[in-house]
Amino acid sequence: MKGLARQLLILLLSFATTVVLAQQEGDTSGHDQDPAGHVETADHQAGEAEAGTPHAPEKYNPSPAVMNHIGDANEFHIWGPIALPLPCITYEDGQGLSFFSSSVFHHGTMAHNGFVLDHGVLRKVVGFPTRDAVELESLHTDDDGHAHYVHTEEVKTESGKVAEHKTIQYQGQTYTLESSSKIFSGTSWIDFSITKNVFTMFMATILLFFIFFGMKRFYANNEGKAPRGLTNFMEPFFEFMRDEVVKPSIGPKWERYMGLIMSLFFFILVCNLMGLIPFFPGSGNVMGNISVTIVLALITFFVVNFSGNKHYWQHIFWMPNVPVPIKILFIPIELAGLFIKPFTLLIRLFANITAGHTIILSLVSLIFIFGEVGQNVGGASVGAVVAFIFVAFMNLLELLVAVLQAFIFALLSALYIGAAIEDHHHEEAH
Amino acid sequence: MTGTLAAVGAGLAVIGAGIGIGQIGGKAMEAIARQPEAVGDIRTNMLIAAALVEGAALATIVLAFFA
Repeated sequence: MKGLARQLLILLLSFATTVVLAQQEGDTSGHDQDPAGHVETADHQAGEAEAGTPHAPEKYNPSPAVMNHIGDANEFHIWGPIALPLPCITYEDGQGLSFFSSSVFHHGTMAHNGFVLDHGVLRKVVGFPTRDAVELESLHTDDDGHAHYVHTEEVKTESGKVAEHKTIQYQGQTYTLESSSKIFSGTSWIDFSITKNVFTMFMATILLFFIFFGMKRFYANNEGKAPRGLTNFMEPFFEFMRDEVVKPSIGPKWERYMGLIMSLFFFILVCNLMGLIPFFPGSGNVMGNISVTIVLALITFFVVNFSGNKHYWQHIFWMPNVPVPIKILFIPIELAGLFIKPFTLLIRLFANITAGHTIILSLVSLIFIFGEVGQNVGGASVGAVVAFIFVAFMNLLELLVAVLQAFIFALLSALYIGAAIEDHHHEEAH
Repeated sequence: MTGTLAAVGAGLAVIGAGIGIGQIGGKAMEAIARQPEAVGDIRTNMLIAAALVEGAALATIVLAFFA
């Protein structure tokens, strides 16, 4: 009781702090520039609106840049004007598959095949007159001399949500852009491209193949000897996962699922670690892409449910040793649990990695916020110092999170599989 | 995320998760202090429990995003 009261007090206090902070925030923005704050919130919700709306004043809005960096792209940006072009594979209704390299867009200045590149992301132009490569008309040029070809504005949909409406200019005409079809958004084309994330996943896979086939060769050639080099480095990780995760969680039939759990762990780990490298071979936010985590969680879901034995299904549909009304009550709960387990699995991984990347990028954008987009060099220097310290610490924390999330995903997958195939009841399992 | 109500919801979820994970961490520390030889088992179970609490909170935050 006392503990509860204390917790309530903590809750109230945290509310009070929030209210005070919110008021201060409101005050400053009120004094500064009210319309700016308004525009900024609109931008913030829509995500990827570079340069904001035409009326946006000289105030840096970090949200589009952050969103662009954590998102997927059809070219791998390396440095300044240099980007690695990636293959685009599109499927259009009535057109079929098309293959082309993202270098045909010349960094978004050209249209090709009826597609344009908007900040590295492929978009289809609705009703574009030609499928040839043509130059687009520049809409405006910003202070740094960068020409912009895509105009973004926020429109309110019927349901009151803010959606993006992107347009380009070609031969005096305005054309609307269409993003690729995701779940529940029925646009006319699907993107099968080797995007930045797919590229990073390929690299992670190749890296893992080299590491583990190298280890295999070493063990085959040096039987009975102590491991050396890379094998020596990797063996503790592997043995830890085998002895602390797979064996105790899955039980006597652990060997059958060893490959799956190990693949999940090392694939997620390598992708996470590559995402922490801020320059070219890394920087792809793979596990921060919900499609990737959905697929990984679906693999676990199918493995769990296809290997589930009699006891597993009995516990779901007719829980033993409880009265009949409770049995009936448990059926919907257990059925929901069937889907909630992989759902939390995918959300946990996605949200943790996305949050980490967002925090680091927001800290980096402190430089531009303090520097007022190059107007205030002193402010930018202060921002750089602050950002350096915080980003260094955040990266250390993210290193922990990268390993921990890979471990948690593998551990929970192993636990779910173990619960589905165990022969006895829970009390006897331990 | 429309308006600030969704953000308030996300914040509430974080408070809940904070209390939950704080409890787990504190109790795990006590348990380790009481039985240092069981540190491996305690750590694994602590991580599992923390992951479950976190899962609920993250689901709420994602719902707040899509609300």
